Amino acid sequence: MTTKLLTALLLGTSILGSAGMAYAQDVTLNIESWRGDDLAIWKDKLIPAFEAKNPGIKVVFAPSAPTEYDAAMGAKLAAGSAGDLITCRPFDKSLELFKKGNLADISTLPGMENFSDVAKAAWQTDDGKASFCVPMASVIHGFIYNKDAFDQLGIKVPTTNEEFYAALDKIKADGTYIPMAMGTKDLWEAATMGYQNIGPNYWKGEEGRTALIKGEQKLTDPQWVAPFAELAKWKPYLGDGFEAQTYPDSQNLFTLGRAAIYPAGSWEIGLFNTQAQFKMGAFPPPVQKAGDTCYISDHTDIGMGLNAASKNADAAKTFLSWVASPDFATIYANALPGFFSLNNTPVKMEDPLAQEFVSWRDKCKSTIRSTYQILGRGTPNLENETWVESANVINGTDTPEAAAKKLQDGLDSWYKPAK
Amino acid sequence: MAAAPKRPFRWHIGVFLAPAVLVYTAIMILPLAGTLQLSLFRNIDQVQVFVGLENFRRLFGDPNWSVSFWNALRNNVWFFIIHMIVQNPIGVLLAALLSSPRLRFSAFYRTAIFVPTILSFVIVGFAWKLILSPLWGVAPNLMDLVGLKSLFTPWLGKEQYALTTLSLISVWQFVGIPMMLIYAALLSIPEEVIEAAECDGITGMAQFWKIKLPLILPSIGIISILTFVGNFNAFDLIYTAQGALAGPNYSTDILGTFLYRAFFGFQLQIGDPNMGAAIATMMFLIILGGVCVYLFLVQTRLRRYQF
Repeated sequence: MTTKLLTALLLGTSILGSAGMAYAQDVTLNIESWRGDDLAIWKDKLIPAFEAKNPGIKVVFAPSAPTEYDAAMGAKLAAGSAGDLITCRPFDKSLELFKKGNLADISTLPGMENFSDVAKAAWQTDDGKASFCVPMASVIHGFIYNKDAFDQLGIKVPTTNEEFYAALDKIKADGTYIPMAMGTKDLWEAATMGYQNIGPNYWKGEEGRTALIKGEQKLTDPQWVAPFAELAKWKPYLGDGFEAQTYPDSQNLFTLGRAAIYPAGSWEIGLFNTQAQFKMGAFPPPVQKAGDTCYISDHTDIGMGLNAASKNADAAKTFLSWVASPDFATIYANALPGFFSLNNTPVKMEDPLAQEFVSWRDKCKSTIRSTYQILGRGTPNLENETWVESANVINGTDTPEAAAKKLQDGLDSWYKPAK
Repeated sequence: MAAAPKRPFRWHIGVFLAPAVLVYTAIMILPLAGTLQLSLFRNIDQVQVFVGLENFRRLFGDPNWSVSFWNALRNNVWFFIIHMIVQNPIGVLLAALLSSPRLRFSAFYRTAIFVPTILSFVIVGFAWKLILSPLWGVAPNLMDLVGLKSLFTPWLGKEQYALTTLSLISVWQFVGIPMMLIYAALLSIPEEVIEAAECDGITGMAQFWKIKLPLILPSIGIISILTFVGNFNAFDLIYTAQGALAGPNYSTDILGTFLYRAFFGFQLQIGDPNMGAAIATMMFLIILGGVCVYLFLVQTRLRRYQF
């Protein structure tokens, strides 16, 4: 039966994959992506802009569901039915594809010089010699708040932890709004919007992250347990039944104006702008004491690579060079506020909320999520375990110390830092 | 010594069997053999290397795998128990009610109860997630109407209730199948037997327990084994309702979801087809074992009645 499931999946994906191939005079490039939300932007803005400049090349954007993307992509690449251009997840997912020979080496692609080493790091081999995806965008974590609610209750935007909890207490005491819109049902909300959002302030961003990779720090050290302790304190501020509240539930709670604060990733901006009927603002994760350096998670999230088995490699390279150009960066960053360009050329953005988010890059130190580079490699998988444990800590199933210990034990079982 | 007269080879048997055998081999036997073979290999430096039972040693010897495996198996057993003690008795009861000649609109009830069975898991999972949602669900309001609001909790999000809740959702979806099979069995009991029972003064409940139930036992046996196979292959409902990590805290993780994560990977976890195949093999063996126990120990003892 399980094999039946598998066969069906493989058959299904290969049929879907080949269905996208159109036989025309022009070269047709297919883009694989998990960003179904972006379909309209690709169809109406990005692809026409490219096709106008490059007659003879047609581009089709063919997204699949985010949770199925990685599995489906692996199966399609193995079956040889994947599109010409592959949207790249950061780090090991793509590195693995490169090592298998599914992604082509594009280190010498014209346009790659537009990106800093940090931006390219998410799609390079460990030694940094070969690049295999063009960096497209990063996302920044923080909190989005309901400005109307804050004005109504006379709350100042919190900058320190103390102010943050004071604000939450005030909202809770008032009772009009749910203080914070977050649920633990989908697990990743707790980890990504919770732990990875506030964590960098405790483990000092890159300093802690690289020390963890080098083995100089452990997840059981105080600076790594502290974010869990903070998450445990969030529980009373979440809505009724948050244990069964899913990610879309949280989004709706906030955009319907029923919750005051939303622990966010900047990718929400586009959706929230169209759905929320009130004014919104954003603040970076609060620091422990006034005057502390602030750290933000500015996570390299999306890139685009070339399917090594593509029959239209030349046309695909032309397209990738365009993706690496400032032209693309400007259209993309404005069409998708909240996905910030990694291009060295500064991009002018119109959206005020997006401007707010990107302004933190100047005053805070940027880092990426701690569980991705190298540490996201083994089994048990640190990222997935962090999801489960973050939810456990908020649900009260595990103490912060117990959660940290489980993560470290899991990591120790396969990860031996280079000494 | 005269050679026995040779019977001509009966080609038509082969010809008639061929389509079924070929199709079955291509879509069932080959993938199954492929899975078993895959579980004996490991991918070392992009090359599949034969490692014997190493994957199984890891599955049972390495706590990172074995804890998850036993957890999934335990949950799966509980999932099966709920089906056996809730779905099948209710199925029998409904069938008994439906076969009562005095019941009106029985065709309507039969259809209504059977309809969820043909719904997609995705719809069922999504619909129930909404019904039970503490934010927009109808369950809290309905319970409020009868004054039971205090009993409502976010069931799908609580470790101690989530699996039982999902089992009951699955029962709701599939109760039509035992009902239909038992209903058919009840209808096939000849009138003479019932009449003879009535002549002997066995009526009402006693008639059900003493006459009808023994006659439908073989059907109940078949239903049990179908439930067993179905439950140990289950995956869809948990995946659609709880996601591949089968939260909270793996409390709804069953063998199917465990296999999915191992085989295809999830988020940053990279798929490991070899370990996945090892888990699939274990599932195959568990189901094979269960079916064998049934066939050799239970089936042979069930008495058949020929009329």
